[in-house]
Amino acid sequence: MPKPAIEIKNVTKIFEGHTGHPVTALDNVSLTIDDNEFFTLLGPSGCGKTTLLRLIAGFEYPTQGEIVLFGESIRGLPPQQRPVNTVFQHYALFPHMTVAENVGFPLKMQGQQQDEMTRTAARMLDLVKMADFGDRMPDQLSGGQQQRVALARALAPQPKVLLLDEPLSALDLKLRQEMRVELKNLQRQTGITFVFVTHDQVEALTMSDRIAVMSMGRLQQEGTPISIYEQPVNRFVADFIGETNFIQSTIAGIESSGARCTIGPGTTLGTGATAGKGKGDAVTLAIRPEKIRLVKADGAAEGLKGRVAECIYTGTDTNYQVDLENSDVRLVVRGRNAITGETLFKVGETVVLNVAEGAARILAD
Amino acid sequence: MRLLQSTPMRRVLGLGPALGIIGFFMVVPIAIIVVFSFMKSNPYGGVNPEFSLEAYKQFLFERNLMDELVFNAAYLRIFGRSFLLALVTTALCLLIGFPTAYYMSRQPARRKNLMVFLVTIPFWTNLLIRAYCWILLLRDTGIINNYLIKWGIIDEPLTLLYTNFAIFLGLVYTHIPFMVLPIYARVEKLDFNLLEAAHDLYASRRQLMRHVILPLAAPGIIAGCLLVFVPCLGDFIIPNLLGGGKHLMIGSLIQLQFGGSRNWPFGSAAALILMSFVLIAMMIYVWGPGRKMKPEGGA
Repeated sequence: MPKPAIEIKNVTKIFEGHTGHPVTALDNVSLTIDDNEFFTLLGPSGCGKTTLLRLIAGFEYPTQGEIVLFGESIRGLPPQQRPVNTVFQHYALFPHMTVAENVGFPLKMQGQQQDEMTRTAARMLDLVKMADFGDRMPDQLSGGQQQRVALARALAPQPKVLLLDEPLSALDLKLRQEMRVELKNLQRQTGITFVFVTHDQVEALTMSDRIAVMSMGRLQQEGTPISIYEQPVNRFVADFIGETNFIQSTIAGIESSGARCTIGPGTTLGTGATAGKGKGDAVTLAIRPEKIRLVKADGAAEGLKGRVAECIYTGTDTNYQVDLENSDVRLVVRGRNAITGETLFKVGETVVLNVAEGAARILAD
Repeated sequence: MRLLQSTPMRRVLGLGPALGIIGFFMVVPIAIIVVFSFMKSNPYGGVNPEFSLEAYKQFLFERNLMDELVFNAAYLRIFGRSFLLALVTTALCLLIGFPTAYYMSRQPARRKNLMVFLVTIPFWTNLLIRAYCWILLLRDTGIINNYLIKWGIIDEPLTLLYTNFAIFLGLVYTHIPFMVLPIYARVEKLDFNLLEAAHDLYASRRQLMRHVILPLAAPGIIAGCLLVFVPCLGDFIIPNLLGGGKHLMIGSLIQLQFGGSRNWPFGSAAALILMSFVLIAMMIYVWGPGRKMKPEGGA
């Protein structure tokens, strides 16, 4: 079994605030990042993801715990002695150096020969499609171009791990989408472990091999994009990633495949795994809007009945808000539009909701 | 109103006051000095309105008993000494001022402002008064010697006043704010991310200083050096009061010509020669080779 690239062991980071109140940025976080992995730290601002990245880079040191890089502890090592490079959110290109000098900088610091340095810098600029810009100054480049140069500069010394601190957040949407694909390709080409910090769930889901969702300095869930999306362990993860209907309910009975939960007088819903809960427990159910299918109520259809309260057209889909019969629950349901582009249901229409088996998940907390 | 809105017109109006002040308060006096330097001196002060190159000749030559011109290096030596003095003072100010400015710029915002305020405190008191205070501190029966003897560190008073040490002390003391403030203004704007990036990209502390901080602070350093070097070159108060006027400096020389020696043309010529040296130095700075950055470029 290959050595993991980074092991974060029970790391806690407490900052002494200016006002004297210590702030806990990271609370006992443990994580393992594998070699050659595109790993994403995902969470809202202030969740500790950037702090964790800075601890790996060596800009800060953990208050407690340890970080192990390829089997070796990097405790106390300053950034210049860690085989780890960072791509900064605002690029941090040296304004007094040309693009090529910027990319050559880490090699120069390592004492490489001039001609070897020039060759490596050229190859790196080629890799990020900036080969023709070597003689420019950073302030003559657009944001996207600066981003590419920052990438080339961080990759030039061939680090074992590349840390990326929200590198796409300053770019416009179109460029961001392009760069997502390119970053992913770059990671595959170079085989370097990428640790990517973002608050953008789409970025996380599209690029990552694995994701760690963080909130309030704690690790909430760790897993592949699919498992994070399909099996959120708690309300925070379910809410932060994608859209979710939350329903407060009580477990009416345990069945072979899961549980049956009461969501209104005489109305029940079959759910997936019980997450350790038993009969009579109050639980929160989570259902993704696209896991529910609306069918016309024509007598033959069975299932939950509801009335369409609102339709929001979004192009390929329409988001329906449906009030359930015999319940005060309102669900968001995403439905594909007809091939002709029309929405399939109208406000006020009575519909039957088909909830796919296991789509309603009982959250652990 | 349309006239006011056109850009060239606005530019003239905007620049007007500045041009007026510079034109009146700088160009006119300099023009007078230029005119004076080409006239004959009047032993009772002022000038005789006759064209003469005597003042410029006097700078390099003297007349011997046979009324022949003989090369005389005395004034050149005064210039050389003054340049050396200004150069050493500038170097000392830079050595002390850069770390000070860098340290100041790395403090929390409130402490930063306090420190800038503290640096400007000496400006509140007249230079002469401060120079006399240094005399009180440095003389044989001064505060420093008194205490050193009282504490038994020395038996005989140290000769501090009227030495080169006193001159440099005084010059560095009076000019250091002019070094600290421009460097501070520059370093304070330095993006902290750049320093982290440099470390991240394997720069040691020394490499960080040499390849990132110093080049980015260069415009501030150059401005500070000019602001210290130029006034030092013409300073006569400190060399006179703390150096005891033992060695003539350019500033004192010029002052003497307008005072005791009553040789206004020579004083004017010396002032112009000094000014042209300074101008040449500044032109080298502005148009010189090897400058990749505009003074305002960079971070």
